[in-house]
Amino acid sequence: MLRTPLYDEHHALGATFTDFGGWDMPVRYGSDLAEHHAVRNSAGLFDISHMSEFSVVGDDAAKFLDYAFVTEVSKIAPGRAKYSILCNENGKSLDDVIIYRLADVDYLVIANAANRAVVAKELSERAKNFDVEVTDNSDDTALVALQGPKSAAILQKLSNIDVAPLKYYSIASAEVAGMISLIARTGYTGEDGFEILAQSKDAVKLWQELIKAGGEDLTPCGLAARDTLRLEAGMPLYGHELTLETTPFSANLGRSVNLERGDFVGKAALEQPHTGPKLYGLVGEGKRAARAGYPVFLPGSDSPIGEITSGVLSPTLGYPIGFAYLSAELETGSKLEADVRGTRVGYEVVNLPFYRRQNG
Amino acid sequence: MANPTHLQYTKEHEWIKLEGDTATVGITKYAADALGEIVYVDLPKVGSSTTYMKICGEIESTKSVGELYAPMDGEVVEINNSLTSAPDAINSDPFGEGWLIKIRYTQLPELLSSTEYDALVGE
Repeated sequence: MLRTPLYDEHHALGATFTDFGGWDMPVRYGSDLAEHHAVRNSAGLFDISHMSEFSVVGDDAAKFLDYAFVTEVSKIAPGRAKYSILCNENGKSLDDVIIYRLADVDYLVIANAANRAVVAKELSERAKNFDVEVTDNSDDTALVALQGPKSAAILQKLSNIDVAPLKYYSIASAEVAGMISLIARTGYTGEDGFEILAQSKDAVKLWQELIKAGGEDLTPCGLAARDTLRLEAGMPLYGHELTLETTPFSANLGRSVNLERGDFVGKAALEQPHTGPKLYGLVGEGKRAARAGYPVFLPGSDSPIGEITSGVLSPTLGYPIGFAYLSAELETGSKLEADVRGTRVGYEVVNLPFYRRQNG
Repeated sequence: MANPTHLQYTKEHEWIKLEGDTATVGITKYAADALGEIVYVDLPKVGSSTTYMKICGEIESTKSVGELYAPMDGEVVEINNSLTSAPDAINSDPFGEGWLIKIRYTQLPELLSSTEYDALVGE
């Protein structure tokens, strides 16, 4: 299995590991619920170095990314970022990414670890007719996420730039503990926070300096907490809410798609009226959460209208939450049932996100 | 945490404490760690009968669902009701406060000693 440069750090902290897309990643260090609550109430530190980083540089960089992705990437101002989807010709999702514009003709694309090969292949093929160079820097790049209300104060202790003015979905060059880094105010938890990129060779020092600067306010967090946090925040996970069967419209991500512009991969398919199952956010009664793959029904019906794609007893909210792809036009408040291992549990359609932070 | 020597074990990672005709049943630290943070426990009703190796309950963590296999034939005489509000006791004290059920058994299967269970989980 693949290991990030921080594997030994996780081991020393007593982490339990899991296979995540071929990577041996920390699933939790102690209690995943405590890690979850640390991010909501204080700060947490995640190693997400397994993720893929692509550099896109050249005179045609903006034009190329406009063509390769469903989002109008050329509209991103330098220093800002946008969430986007890489679609195939059929408008189906190959991966979801964040695209950061570092400078006029210099972009950074962060993609999912498990989709690295697909994204690398698609980007290089789509780049053929453009004056642009796409480089896969994943092996040389470490990425950690510092998330939670206290993350700005912790990062400020180590950063040579003022992090407070950095807006959500912005990125800036900085030195963190003396190491050349990029600081992005992005994340996958629904809290304020930062994602910090550094060279792989600096990863251990960066991690240790952050742990030291955070002291009791900072908890190392594994993928279990990362998953419950992103789910509460209503954020999709590739392989669950986004697959080769889903389009950005079916996944409720239509806001990422700009159709009123020149050609891009998947445009013709995405211009067709959307049909088929649609992603909904559901909350359940009681404490038993319907999990991925459990069928969902209209009340009293025996024919499932779809299934749960992710589901958990929300640690912050105390009730079951989940995503489901359902073949029905449902309103907020519509009643449903999920089959939880032989028992029908009442569910209701809600607006996303499930959890929204109070400040900011 | 070592597996206490005064308890007996099953291959399904349950521990058994025998007192007279009653067996207290819980899951081992190894099982609790593997499940992760336990958030919900579904235990059989007091008075219900148990059949060896039949599922009689569920233990749910943030990440997965574990099934509770009845370790022996018998009748459930007591369940740990405090787990309804504090299921995390199974993580924090699996061999004590985190016990699950008490069974008045009619037949005992072969159980593992702590040494044999240590070997099973590689401790």
